[in-house]
Amino acid sequence: MSARERILGRLAPSVIASDQSIDLSVHLDKQYSAEEKIARFSEKLASVHGEIIPCNRDDWPATLAELVQREGFANLALGQGALPDQAAEAVSCATRRYDRAIEDWKGELFSDVAAGFTTCRGGIAETGSLVVWPSAQEPRLLSLVPPVHIALLFADTLRNTLTETLVEEQWHSAMPTNALLISGPSKSADIAQVLAYGVHGPKRLIVLLAH
Amino acid sequence: MNAKANFTDAAKTALENPTLRSNFRSAMDSLRERRAAQFPDEAELDGARDLASAIRSRALNSLSDNLVELEKNCLANGIQVHWAETTAEANQIILDICQRHDAKHVIKGKSMVSEECHLNDFLAQHDIEALESDLGEYIVQIDGETPSHIIMPAIHKNKKEIAELFAEKIPGVEYTEDVDTLTAIARKVLRHKFESAAVGISGVNFAVAETGTLCLVENEGNGRMTTTVPPVHIAITGIEKVVPKLSDIAPLYSVLTRSATGQHATTYFNLISSPRREGERDGPQEVHLVLLDNGRSKIYNDEQMRETLKCIRCGACMNHCPVYTRIGGHAYGTVYPGPIGQILNPQQYGIDQAGEMLSACSLNGACGEACPVRIPIPSLISELRHEATRNDQQGRVYGQGALRKLHEAVVWGSWKWIHQNPTAYRLMGFAATRLRKWVPDSAMGPWTRTRVKPALAPKTLHEMMKERGE
Repeated sequence: MSARERILGRLAPSVIASDQSIDLSVHLDKQYSAEEKIARFSEKLASVHGEIIPCNRDDWPATLAELVQREGFANLALGQGALPDQAAEAVSCATRRYDRAIEDWKGELFSDVAAGFTTCRGGIAETGSLVVWPSAQEPRLLSLVPPVHIALLFADTLRNTLTETLVEEQWHSAMPTNALLISGPSKSADIAQVLAYGVHGPKRLIVLLAH
Repeated sequence: MNAKANFTDAAKTALENPTLRSNFRSAMDSLRERRAAQFPDEAELDGARDLASAIRSRALNSLSDNLVELEKNCLANGIQVHWAETTAEANQIILDICQRHDAKHVIKGKSMVSEECHLNDFLAQHDIEALESDLGEYIVQIDGETPSHIIMPAIHKNKKEIAELFAEKIPGVEYTEDVDTLTAIARKVLRHKFESAAVGISGVNFAVAETGTLCLVENEGNGRMTTTVPPVHIAITGIEKVVPKLSDIAPLYSVLTRSATGQHATTYFNLISSPRREGERDGPQEVHLVLLDNGRSKIYNDEQMRETLKCIRCGACMNHCPVYTRIGGHAYGTVYPGPIGQILNPQQYGIDQAGEMLSACSLNGACGEACPVRIPIPSLISELRHEATRNDQQGRVYGQGALRKLHEAVVWGSWKWIHQNPTAYRLMGFAATRLRKWVPDSAMGPWTRTRVKPALAPKTLHEMMKERGE
């Protein structure tokens, strides 16, 4: 008999017939207006050191260009697709496209990239979180390895809660390889409870919040 | 656990260390305050705990079905699933995978289950270096220690101690107490390791059966690095961590982060459902899930003790425990310290091996009130104390009766008999009040070593009430 069969054998006599349903209404009833969502999202994200730059949904590339110029980023790594293309066109600094396997440019990504740009699938007002589904177009490490992560979020994609996001968008029907909630830059308080940013991931998270 | 833990001696040593006591005291005070700030509304807190408790209970009630479903969906997604009854089996499974990939260096995200397996030592015996990447875990690893807290592994050290450690152990590093600089040093060392590691090993906070998804909760990004950069990812988890539905994770995540570190959300909530798919540019080519039993199925089969398995490892019980706050995590001598350790370790390893720590509880109830999934920890500690001293062999825990002492059994037996016999009760009252001056200090045992002997009244309450009535 295998370990699997022995373990399951010991668990088999389930004492209580299950399937009590779980009432998620406490979460689902939490509803904010469009303005409240933006205010709450911004407040929560700012409280964990996230930087928010409100911008117009039609000219966000100009805002991005200004940001890159102002901060003096040497280069910007981007994925592929319509929005990354617009971003690449707008910025004046050098751009690197994440268009090949990580194995082909791991050293460069780890050492020579100043900032990474990604789009977001959505956001969560309650906790000030970005919802990011990395993909072949915008790979997983783009939002993690560069010391600065610039994220483009459209305000109309904000949802109230994580529960609402999971249920309304029916995530369970098709999960991507990797789904992420990102709430602020990388941080740790492991040294004497003192907060330090940029432990392994980005030191800064800058959100272009497009209305 | 390898050797029988001598809890009493370790606790005494810890109590005599003023630095350790002040490090824990200040950390626990601030963790409790931060948690309280996240739950300003008592009713909301109660509701959130009820919901999280119900989700964990439901998940456990159908545990075997959930595990089968999880396996099915992981396999469909391309995640390889392994089952281990013991920590030795789990270690062997992980070693085999590492050797198949010719791995000499593996990088680890935080995993208490891998601590339970003593995986790092095991891999080192086979010439594989396993480096911890969580900052706290890295600190304790380079000092040859183990975590003293399940969420904040290096909480027993202050800034000065970490500054000295880095200057001593990391080549080319000068003494500095600047936390940003210390963090940057660790970042630099570990970044190279992430780039070159052949295998990444992580834990799992929740595993979702219906989608075959592994969920990791973290702040640093080392968890994402570990599970994304190396070509192979091995996740190890206890069998109790599975939940049936994806929607179960939101309420659990919410109480976990608020209870653990007082955060409304952690920086990253990382949901992994498959290895790198066709066309994707990064992520591991192989993902493995190791499901470890190590005594959990035994705990599962007792309906009362099963509550132990609801735990989501937030650490709030230890943050609120007056004993843990004073002695710290290492005194327990086990991987899981504090109240959750007090109910988990004796069940996993036997009361004869890990039962001594059951005495380190005043039954004040703080842990039970803080627990986000409403595990009745104080009741379970009481129950295990009963198991520890029973001699009828009718118990359900390994090593039952191991802490039974004849004189204690005689005293409590007599106490019980006296309270059932009015004549004996009155006689005892009379004798105690009249002979009160002759009760020696030593009769009180260790109690009077640091306290004044309580004074007995000259007459019993019955006598006094009778006099008053006349």
